[in-house]
Amino acid sequence: MTHKEIVACFPHMANYAYAFKYICEQGFEVKYLIPPPITRRTLELGSRTSPDYVCSPFKYCMGCYLEALELGANCLMQIYGGCRLNYYGELNARILRDMGYEFEFFDMAAVNWRSPKDIYEHFKIINPDLSMVKIAKAVPVTFKIIEVLDEFEDFIRHNIGFEVHDGDFDATYHEFLSKLENIADGKELKALSQEYRKKLHAVPLNKPAKTIKVGMVGDYYTVQEPFSNYFMEKELAKFGMEVYRQMNFTNSIIHNQGRKKEKIAKRYAKYALGATANSTIGEAITFAKEGCAGIIQVKSFGCMPEIDAMPILQNVSRDYGVPILHFSFDSQTSETGVRTRLEAFYDMVEARNGRKA
Amino acid sequence: MLWYKNEKFWTTFFTEIGVEYVVSPETDRAILTRGEMLSIDETCLPVKLLLGHVDWLIGKCDYVFVPRMAFRHKLQMCTRFMAQTDLVANTFRERDVRLLFYSVGEDKPDAEQEAVYKMAKYLKVKKSVYKSAYQTAKQAQMFFERFRTERQHEKIETSEKLKILLVAHAYCIGDAYIGKPVIGMIKALGCEPIIAEYGDERDCIRASYTVSENMPWAYNRHLVGAVALYKEHVDGIVMLTAFPCGTDSMVNEYVIRTFKDTPIITLTVDAQDGSAGIETRLESFVDIIALRKERGYDA
Repeated sequence: MTHKEIVACFPHMANYAYAFKYICEQGFEVKYLIPPPITRRTLELGSRTSPDYVCSPFKYCMGCYLEALELGANCLMQIYGGCRLNYYGELNARILRDMGYEFEFFDMAAVNWRSPKDIYEHFKIINPDLSMVKIAKAVPVTFKIIEVLDEFEDFIRHNIGFEVHDGDFDATYHEFLSKLENIADGKELKALSQEYRKKLHAVPLNKPAKTIKVGMVGDYYTVQEPFSNYFMEKELAKFGMEVYRQMNFTNSIIHNQGRKKEKIAKRYAKYALGATANSTIGEAITFAKEGCAGIIQVKSFGCMPEIDAMPILQNVSRDYGVPILHFSFDSQTSETGVRTRLEAFYDMVEARNGRKA
Repeated sequence: MLWYKNEKFWTTFFTEIGVEYVVSPETDRAILTRGEMLSIDETCLPVKLLLGHVDWLIGKCDYVFVPRMAFRHKLQMCTRFMAQTDLVANTFRERDVRLLFYSVGEDKPDAEQEAVYKMAKYLKVKKSVYKSAYQTAKQAQMFFERFRTERQHEKIETSEKLKILLVAHAYCIGDAYIGKPVIGMIKALGCEPIIAEYGDERDCIRASYTVSENMPWAYNRHLVGAVALYKEHVDGIVMLTAFPCGTDSMVNEYVIRTFKDTPIITLTVDAQDGSAGIETRLESFVDIIALRKERGYDA
């Protein structure tokens, strides 16, 4: 039985809305609204209501909340993290309430995760008569959804630049997502993912034996949400490059590899630098060792940990002889500028590759 | 960057354990320019200044001391303080800089003490010496802060001038490029600057919980708490922030939305020269609050 009054909503982040939807509907037994896809309007709404030089993920979240509230969502949620993200929730809620909206707000930063009682109390915000058993049952499937999403997206990232018919991967993947929206349990998920794994692997490819590989690193939001980095991965693929990325929910939440990456980064960073900075460095080193021709760092403007990682990345670049391109996104970055810089980057990487071969 | 917060502690401590130290001079043109050249252009102004100061110190001492702090009073610090040691190490890698490592990395109550001891051990100081030095230094810092707070309270009670609460981080207030000129301007306008940072840290942090439940940062809590404690006693609030301060970008917004009955202005200092803009804004702000007071709009 799905609760009628409560309509929950997370701000968009890549395609994880499907996982959020599952946990909310099957675990918390409340209706979940997948917010409309991020558009320029989302960002404009968000920028107008946010402080000026807060990082752009905050603005995206604000935009998403506003669009979701328009569509009737009444229970908003926010996650937490090691940087400014820890304070997103309180300020998000404050601004929206000042604007006159009424809603429940589930802020994970407010929860004391060491105390089961506190967790329970906070979960009650979402649904006052919730069943912890149902939630416990829904969690493994939610994780499975995330893993499947990440696995498929990884595969697509590696291969989309080489599809014979443009748009094959996109079409197949969208079909998968639309079906994913309505799955009821783990069994259905398994069948569905098997079916589409086959379909994705069957997409005709024209892939040369040796490809140019690029690695993507960056702050948690910008590197994962394609809209916020101007669909950079797609752009790179258009040049015929194979795109690699380690940062996703699977590698950061389900199988946390933060420690491992921190270890790899040890030579450059003695201490934890905060949030994703050490992961960024660790990933960059791994990419460099694995023979990526170039690395791209994307981040939101003013992202504190990523900026602190930049001088270190420059040292990595020098030591391993790998070019690293830095992109900083705000609500104003022009698309043309991004494309021009990417083109130049591609030309440079290609020329270097030619010289080496 | 933590110098302005713990000046007394470190000078006392290093003197007590018999280590000679050099302190970089107040920020000047040259330090700012060097700092700007050395840093990523998006970095916040205090970090640029930090790099400028380290640049000045290199060659003048055996070790450069850039403390790292991740927690204070079980609250988080801005990630800059977590990263600054490694940031310096990597920026000056080619210059062969030797760092004196000091890191408060856990949210335990005695993390600071452990970190100090560890550093002293590294300097081959005797246990009995560094233990007592730590206590003496702690005391010195405490007395210094208490005295500062008391003097400020006196001022609040006795001063007849317009009182302006200046809200800014310790490393902004104390800096000759960021905070000190603004203090001077406020005084020149015939007002009494009340420094939020000089409020007692524990009292302020406690008071900050009446304002915000989830604010993660210790330093911001200190300032926000000071606003809550002092706002009844001042005529206006100036929030001074260094561009682009990550924590202030959110906290200031929250403060403005919370304290609606006191006039507030936000001033941002960046690496661009020229204080005329800030002066003009301060002047008109002071004019407005003076008028308000005259006409009794206080409620």
